[in-house]
Amino acid sequence: MDILTVFVAAILVNNFVLYYFLGICPFLGVSKKIDSAFSMGMAVTFVMTLTAVASWMINHWILIPFGLDYLQIVSFILVIASLVQLVEMFIRKMSPPLYQALGIYLPLITTNCAIMGLALLAALKNYNFIKTVVFGVGSGLGFTLAIVLMAGIREQLDLADVPKPLKGAGIALIVAGIMALAFSGFSGMIK
Amino acid sequence: MPPKKSIGAEYLKGLWDENPVFRQLLGMCPTLAVTNAVINGIAMGLATAFVLILSSLVVSSIKKLIPNQVRIATFIVIIASFVTIADRFLAAFFPPISKALGPYVPLIVVNCIILGRQEAFSSKNSVGRSLIDAFGMSTGFILALLILSSIREILGSGTFLGFQVMGSWFKPWVIMVLPAGAFITLGVLLGIAILIESKTKTRST
Repeated sequence: MDILTVFVAAILVNNFVLYYFLGICPFLGVSKKIDSAFSMGMAVTFVMTLTAVASWMINHWILIPFGLDYLQIVSFILVIASLVQLVEMFIRKMSPPLYQALGIYLPLITTNCAIMGLALLAALKNYNFIKTVVFGVGSGLGFTLAIVLMAGIREQLDLADVPKPLKGAGIALIVAGIMALAFSGFSGMIK
Repeated sequence: MPPKKSIGAEYLKGLWDENPVFRQLLGMCPTLAVTNAVINGIAMGLATAFVLILSSLVVSSIKKLIPNQVRIATFIVIIASFVTIADRFLAAFFPPISKALGPYVPLIVVNCIILGRQEAFSSKNSVGRSLIDAFGMSTGFILALLILSSIREILGSGTFLGFQVMGSWFKPWVIMVLPAGAFITLGVLLGIAILIESKTKTRST
C-alpha cells in the first residue's frame, strides 16, 4: 500500500515537472512534437530508474557507513554522468534501433536536473531500496506524462493565434501553469 | 573571435542583452521553484552567484591544465565542490532558509547557467574577464529572481519580505504561491521582455 502511494504520488500528485519544477529545460525544449517528447520521456524514465538504484547503493553502502554524506552532491553528479555515458555505449552496441530513437536525447539527460533531483529527493526522503526504485520509475513516468501532454497541446497551439510576444516559450509556460493547476486537483488523492 | 568588449559592456550584458533567465532561458528550475517568497529568491540568487563567481575564477585560472576531452567532467567537479560549500554554509548559519530551499541548493550543481558560462566563457577568457562576466550574469540572475519573487509574494501573500504591504481589503491570490502561479508569471514576464526588446529595436533602427 505504501509502495502504491509512492508510485501514484510520483506520477500525479508530486509530478516532477509541474510540482518540483525539475526538468524544465527538456520540458520546454523537446515538447514540440509528440513523438520526440515520448522518446525523451522514455529515455528519462530509463535513466531515472538506473540512477535511483545506483544512487541508493552509493548512499547506503559507501557514503553513510563511512560518514561521508557531505560528498553526496559530488558523488551523485559523477555517478549520473558516468551512468549516462555507460547507458549510451551499451544501447549503441546492443540495440541500434533504440539508439536511433533515443540517440540525441541521452547526452542531454546528464544536465537534466530531474535526474539529480531524483537522487537527492530519494536520499532526503530516506526511502528504502524498493521505494527508491518505485519512486524512480514513477517519477520518470510522471515526467513522460507531462511532456507528452505538453507536446499534444503545443501541436494544436501552432495553429492558434497567439499574441506575438508570447509566441514560443512564453505561451508554453502559461500552458504549463494551467496544467499545473489541473494537476493540483490530484493532491487530494494522497493522505 | 569577436572584438573585445569594454569592461562595462562585459558586465552589463548579463543584466539585459544576455540575461540568463529572460533572454537565454537558462536556470529555469530554481527560478520557478524558489520564488514563492522574496527572501528565498534572494538566498537562491546569492548562493548561485557565489558558486558561479568562484567556479569561473577557478576554471579560468586552470583552463590551460584541463585536457579538452574531460573538461565537462572537470567543470562539474569544480562546481559541485562549491555547491557543497554553499549548502553546508546555509545549513550551518541560516537553517530556516536552508530548510525552505530544500533540495534546490544542491541542485545548483545542475543549473545550466553555471556550466554554460564555464563552457562558453571562462574556459576561453582571462581570469579578470571571466570574473566580470560571472558578476554580470549573477546580477542578471538575482534581478530576475527578485522581480519574479516580488510579484509572487506581493500578489500571493500580500507581503514583501514578510512585511504586510497590501491593505486589509486585499485578498491574497493563493494561486501565485502555488506552482501554477510560477509558470504563468514567468510566461507573462517573458512576453513583456520580448515586447520591450522589439520596441527598443524598432526605435533604434
